[in-house]
Amino acid sequence: MRILVFAKQVPDTTEVKADPVKGTLIRDGVKSIMNPEDKNALEAALQLKDKFGAKVTVITMGPPTAAAIFRESYAMGADEAVLITDPLYAGADTWVTSMILARTAQIIGFDLILTGRQTIDGDTAQVGIEIAEHIGIPVIAYATNITLKDNTVVVTRELDNTYEVISTKLPCLITCTKDLNKPRYMRISNIFGCFDKPITTLNNSILKFDKNEVGLVGSPTKVKKTFTKGPKVQGTIFNGTPEEGVEVILSKLKSEKIINAQIVNKKKKLEGA
Amino acid sequence: MIHCEQRNGEILNVGFELVGKAVELSKNLDGQVTAVICGHKINHLAEPLIHYGASKVVIVEHPLLEKYNVDAYTESLYQVVKAENPEILLLGATLVGRELGPRLAARLKTGLTADCTNLEIDQESKLLLMTGLAFGGNLMATIICPDKRPQMATIRPGVFSLLQSNKHSKGEVMLFTPRLDEDDIRVKVEKIFQKVRKHKDITTEKILVAGGRDIGWKEGFKLLEELAELLGGRIAGSRAVVDEGWLPKDLQVGQPGKVVRPKLYIAIGISGAIQHLAGMQESECIKAINKDLEAPVMKIANVAIVGDWKLIFSWQRVRMKIQT
Repeated sequence: MRILVFAKQVPDTTEVKADPVKGTLIRDGVKSIMNPEDKNALEAALQLKDKFGAKVTVITMGPPTAAAIFRESYAMGADEAVLITDPLYAGADTWVTSMILARTAQIIGFDLILTGRQTIDGDTAQVGIEIAEHIGIPVIAYATNITLKDNTVVVTRELDNTYEVISTKLPCLITCTKDLNKPRYMRISNIFGCFDKPITTLNNSILKFDKNEVGLVGSPTKVKKTFTKGPKVQGTIFNGTPEEGVEVILSKLKSEKIINAQIVNKKKKLEGA
Repeated sequence: MIHCEQRNGEILNVGFELVGKAVELSKNLDGQVTAVICGHKINHLAEPLIHYGASKVVIVEHPLLEKYNVDAYTESLYQVVKAENPEILLLGATLVGRELGPRLAARLKTGLTADCTNLEIDQESKLLLMTGLAFGGNLMATIICPDKRPQMATIRPGVFSLLQSNKHSKGEVMLFTPRLDEDDIRVKVEKIFQKVRKHKDITTEKILVAGGRDIGWKEGFKLLEELAELLGGRIAGSRAVVDEGWLPKDLQVGQPGKVVRPKLYIAIGISGAIQHLAGMQESECIKAINKDLEAPVMKIANVAIVGDWKLIFSWQRVRMKIQT
């Protein structure tokens, strides 16, 4: 069985700060990590490998530095790493990105594709699902459990008010959530070897897109502007002793008729009972 | 065009919210608002959508559409869009919408902007301006889709307010029967079970008492719960407290999380990262208690109290004062 895991290197967004004047991100000194739910996807692939035997290929698209996540992938137990990198692809939106990843998957060949549900820097949750559509295979999003029997995957997934158990035939694509599993730690023995493992690089001479189809030019969506959100009008600030703080809140809640109404209601209830 | 989601024959509120917003947007465009709804035996759902402002409702009727299924719904909506050619297609950013949207956008070969918090029409170009959080919520970005059609966006429930419905509104109802075959459906839903919800949906609460990382430990929320009960509201929390496991995920306010707009939102020990503010800043009245005056939440609060929440909210004291 051949399993492809699409993963992305992302800035640790909890550490990113925005420049309120320029409306851009300050990325300096922010560490890059493998997108957390992509790691859940890799773990799911490795569990299937442990159980049934599989070749697990981790694939990412980005600048050459994005390959840093492959060291961790190898150390966790991945078998192969593929970096898609080409200056033509810079600025790709989710639609173009998924086109490129879909063609890559078709060239490499696969039985199962696993991706994280969403990245922490984009939060769109679109790329995985769009890859499936471009290739024309079934998709199951938001997996919280995956089992495989013969040629059929059975996935439990969480929807808004329900859980669903869904089955489909391989080949298919599944997007994975953090509730699916707990990614394993890197193995010491693998860490020693991970720097010597090869990284296959793919560029447009292999993927053969027209230059107008990809990158910023080919992307249906464009960023018109970015900005930080301006503050609302400042309200009353109170800086005093705790007792006075309580007074301020109480008097406000009372003057806005929030507390009194509640107390009247409560009294009514009590009287009714 | 709005895709309105129905579950068990009931339209989700986000559908009405989007119809209302679309009516507002259409005033700047030469267009009409069409609501699309998929299901089986759902003819009765056209009327409420017209009351909320849709000038046309497309009822997409097929036995295979009774329950949501990504294959059946994508293909049906694809056929509707190809027949109607809308300029704009909006979907609620429910988990269903966030699965259906990308699959449909890819099939239509058009762009999709996820999780918008604002929609406007550019006066000059007449393009849809889709604004939402970007880069992990650290920035806002306005996205356009200049060439491909339709311009597609998903919008969180609760972002736009529900307009008044008008029982006298008139509109056209169209029945659409998609060409669907059992074989088109490759993912089979074997079982559906309801989530057991311990908590009421916080998006419908009028008063929320929300705690952040500064609450410090799980037990701290008992105090907040007391306050919430006293005020007749519920508790909620920031991402940090959900990540810590102090509160369950369905009480999380922000993005990711729920977008709430209660009458009163009390933010206690929440610094107010932009992701959190995006989920609560439309509340009618915001009161914040924080030890740091510079915390972002203090800047948007109607009343900002500086201090240690534990001292301020030492509950016996407050309760005594309320009762007297």
